[in-house]
Amino acid sequence: MSEPIIPNMLRSRIIEAINGNTRFDGRKLSEYREIKIERGISKNAESAVKVSFGKTEVLAGVKMGLAEPYPDSRDEGTFMTTVELHPMASNDFEMGKPGIQSVEFARIIDRGIRESGFIDFKKLCITEGEKVWQVFLDIFAINNDGNLLDVMGLAAIVALGSAKLPVYNKKEDKIEHELSKDSLPLVKENLSFNMTLHKIGEKIVADVSKEEESISSYRMSVAMGEAKESPRITAMQKGKEGAISPEDMENILNTAELKLKEMFPRVKEEVFGK
Amino acid sequence: MNNKMVKSLYEKRTDKRKFDEIREISAAVGVVPSADGSAVFQTGSTKAIAVVRGPRTLHPQHMQDPRTGILRVNYGMMPFSVWDRIRPGPSRRGEEISKVCEWALSSVVDLSEFPNTVIDVFIQIPQADAGTRVAGLNAAAMALAHAGIPMKEMISAIAVGKIDKTLVVDINKDEEDYREGEGSTDIPIAFTSRTKKITLLQLDGKISPAELKEAIELGKSACEKILEVQTDALLNGNKEKDEVKSKKEKK
Repeated sequence: MSEPIIPNMLRSRIIEAINGNTRFDGRKLSEYREIKIERGISKNAESAVKVSFGKTEVLAGVKMGLAEPYPDSRDEGTFMTTVELHPMASNDFEMGKPGIQSVEFARIIDRGIRESGFIDFKKLCITEGEKVWQVFLDIFAINNDGNLLDVMGLAAIVALGSAKLPVYNKKEDKIEHELSKDSLPLVKENLSFNMTLHKIGEKIVADVSKEEESISSYRMSVAMGEAKESPRITAMQKGKEGAISPEDMENILNTAELKLKEMFPRVKEEVFGK
Repeated sequence: MNNKMVKSLYEKRTDKRKFDEIREISAAVGVVPSADGSAVFQTGSTKAIAVVRGPRTLHPQHMQDPRTGILRVNYGMMPFSVWDRIRPGPSRRGEEISKVCEWALSSVVDLSEFPNTVIDVFIQIPQADAGTRVAGLNAAAMALAHAGIPMKEMISAIAVGKIDKTLVVDINKDEEDYREGEGSTDIPIAFTSRTKKITLLQLDGKISPAELKEAIELGKSACEKILEVQTDALLNGNKEKDEVKSKKEKK
């Protein structure tokens, strides 16, 4: 993929505004765009959701399959995440095999979910050493207006949260074309939510627009949840060339913590229901 | 109609529609704001999103045509659009459908004003219940119009089917999978809006020439209704409201 071209004039205007604590769309530096979530967008999926932050929109779906377990985890289900930055979503995305950006996004989301212990993989074992459930999480960009990673991250957990297991026919060893009432086994306490903060000008900015994203010097993704009501980080990833000063690191963590407090109740509700 | 003389095993449609009745359809444009043109078209629970990007410079350069712009269509199904997950990325089926849709649309666009460029049309299917390529074409034609690409006519498309001996329009997955008697014949077909020319026709199955003629006529009148919905969405800029419908169906 290619980076979008931002005229120097626009670049300096954006930075000027942000240094003065304002943004082109009137938001505060740590303010998110309106988040919309819609479920049931494909009746053929174990769950499929549409999530948007402002004009950035993604679809995510969960499908289940049967697989042999990995030799090193004979009693655990397996998990695979794909991210498609499809050219329909932006002029900057190209057809063909996944580029580095979609590979990176897929890995960040996959790791965040896998390592946080959000999915109870032991409960996805059917016969130890022989047969386990395989979880496919497929995420698809529909329109890119910045901060795709966070929109995809939220879509991922909402999709997993509403997924039902299909009916497994043990006799014939196959999946029936029917969903059971059983939800995908999740460990609720391990839910975490990804927030990506960007350094633009002198400031740390949340939920960046496409233009803001393209001129930031670095980004820091922080996946955060709660352990006994206090914040807990489950994954982090720094992107782009810029270097983080100690003060900025402090600022990033404080901002992330603040946003978590503000947004986590709604996130939990969206993932697990009321 | 429907060969009343011959007894067919398929006497009632699985979803209770009349044989010449299309599913509930809805359409909207402008669903992908960053695109030059976009549309969503839904028939029953088959849903297609189409996006137009361009005219833009065509790479590789040797494919450029100094006389005209080029239309390039890419069709794909999302992994979770069907019960058996589809592996993401290109497939042989997808490539073929992309090509026939490209031919279907190319005959109505006039790209002579945009030499050396490409107009990309992306069709994606988030939810499938048969007839995805025709839903995709309907959305794509709307997206091209929405993008302001010069078009001589609109395109409307429908999948006509022969289920055992019964002709039906807008076949669904159950009908597509019908195995009894003569089984299922699937005929996706696209018409131009004014001159009623056929710009896409594929056929899988068994059918007599007389039945095919009848099927084409059925398709043509079904496309009139589709054209109305397409035109309405383009003129009135309908907002997307189709998700609600698919949820209702589930219940």
